[in-house]
Amino acid sequence: MYAQLVKTAGTGVKTREEMSDEERNFQDRVDRDEKIEPKDWMPDDYRATLIRQIGQHAHSEIVGQLPEGNWITRAPTLERKAILLAKVQDEAGHGLYLYGAAETLGVTRDELTEELLSGRMKYSSIFNYPTLNWADIGAVGWLVDGAAIMNQVPLQRTSYGPYSRAMIRICKEESFHQRQGYDIMMKMAAGNDAQRRMAQDALNRFWYPSLMMFGPSDKDSVHSAQSLAWKIKIDTNDELRQRFVDQTVPQAKYLGLTIPDEHLKWNEDRGAHDFSEPDWTEFFNVIKGKGPCNVERMEARVKAWEDGAWVRDGLMAHARKKTAARTAAE
Amino acid sequence: MAGKTNDDALFQFLLRMGDNSLILGHRVSEWCGLSPVLEEDIALANTALDLIGQTQFWLGLAGEVEGKGRTADDLAFLRDAWDFRNVLMVELPNGDFGQTMMRQFLYDAWSQVMVGRLIKSGDKRIADIAEKASKEVAYHVERSADTVVGLGDGSEESHARMQAAIDYLWPYVGEMFDGDEVDAAMVAAGIAPDPASLREEYDALVNKVLSEATLKVPTDVFHHKGGRTGYMHTEHLGHLLTSMQWLQRAYPGATW
Ligand SMILES: [Fe+2]
Ligand SMILES: [Fe+2]
Ligand SMILES: [Fe+2]
Repeated sequence: MYAQLVKTAGTGVKTREEMSDEERNFQDRVDRDEKIEPKDWMPDDYRATLIRQIGQHAHSEIVGQLPEGNWITRAPTLERKAILLAKVQDEAGHGLYLYGAAETLGVTRDELTEELLSGRMKYSSIFNYPTLNWADIGAVGWLVDGAAIMNQVPLQRTSYGPYSRAMIRICKEESFHQRQGYDIMMKMAAGNDAQRRMAQDALNRFWYPSLMMFGPSDKDSVHSAQSLAWKIKIDTNDELRQRFVDQTVPQAKYLGLTIPDEHLKWNEDRGAHDFSEPDWTEFFNVIKGKGPCNVERMEARVKAWEDGAWVRDGLMAHARKKTAARTAAE
Repeated sequence: MAGKTNDDALFQFLLRMGDNSLILGHRVSEWCGLSPVLEEDIALANTALDLIGQTQFWLGLAGEVEGKGRTADDLAFLRDAWDFRNVLMVELPNGDFGQTMMRQFLYDAWSQVMVGRLIKSGDKRIADIAEKASKEVAYHVERSADTVVGLGDGSEESHARMQAAIDYLWPYVGEMFDGDEVDAAMVAAGIAPDPASLREEYDALVNKVLSEATLKVPTDVFHHKGGRTGYMHTEHLGHLLTSMQWLQRAYPGATW
């Protein structure tokens, strides 16, 4: 998921008795699956948590352009180049929808951008891993977009109207992303020795980071319980991770690739796969800025923002001149 | 029925068209994720996508005309620099965003005039490609002209940067209007216009936009050449091809 480790504001789920009338009324609307709209009353903590979650999701779409952008100039055919460009362009569009949804909560895109660039807001840990061979572009579509879909499909039913509608638009495009990724993997897996080696290498490196996308186990977390009650989180991290593993195992088998987990096996009793946990120490390191590409990703975003300052200022100055000229003419 | 010589000329002409869009599309795609605002990331990706789409048509037809079984991909990924026929301007590095957008406008303006003429080409295959490209090109030129005006007539800094961009790029504009025996053969066959005949319409458009942008059009008529004939490219093309062609070169014959 693109929003992982979102700290839920507040002190945990209140009982009905502890709630104010407004809060009770709000919770009832959420329980009835009514959408909360920007002008409606909402608890401050709900608003704050949503800003964090949607902001983190938006930042992930933006930073997520970089690992794939790394291969646009090296795409092996014109068609692959076009597909990858279209995909990365979609991700920028997703960022735009999501910043738009966040703005309805009273925060501007520029404010959120400042938070990202100063390191106060995070983006998904997955984008701090490098793309090293062409099969990585396949693996990103297959696994990373696959995991994102796993998270975002339920979020179409989230309680906040603008977020839910952004998710519906985004999900329509995400399935194309996953398909193009899997299609690259199929070509690679059916290709020559070097290509098969690239495919396996990509799976080896992206498997555990993909599992980390859902965030650590949240079964004991009060914060998570509050987000579930507000329906800004629909499933627990573990439920989503399990669903992702169960979906991906047969796909890997079909490709003839080996998932790098010797403990992975079908559990008849649970009707699900048993699998190894990712290394959570590594995960927390990546979150703290110590992933393989954190420094490069932030540098790239900061540079783009700073180098672009004169462009934004210039266009603003032009717009002001136009307005002034129009006013003078009236 | 076109003879052998004409097909050679036609092949060269199609390479010129296809290589322009291929190389410029590649340059524009280098901006992915790095532009000044999100809307520009989307717009630049869109421009690059259109250019790559046009490349597939032009180089696809070039391969067909050549008749040696080469596909658009073969032509894009397996030729060396001396066989490329794009004008020098499109292979120049991006520079800052202003330089990229100025180049885009200078190219889009040419492309619009050119495509407008090619719609009436005596070769239906070319007229069809031009027809398909014309809507995209009209949109590109509208957008790049807007940006040139916005930044030229913007802040002091943006104005200075845009003036520097046109001063730097101007010596590369003239090559788009050079003609040679390939062009003469195209004119004779009723396939494509004489490049020089596009200049008047082009200058009118460029002068209008640049004056709105409060920018001075350089008056020096000198221009670099060597791209569209393949005689002498810039040093930049080889580096561009090095990354673009790497996978195809490193793993010959693989399917991607
Ligand atoms: Fe996305
Ligand atoms: Fe994504
Ligand atoms: Fe995606």
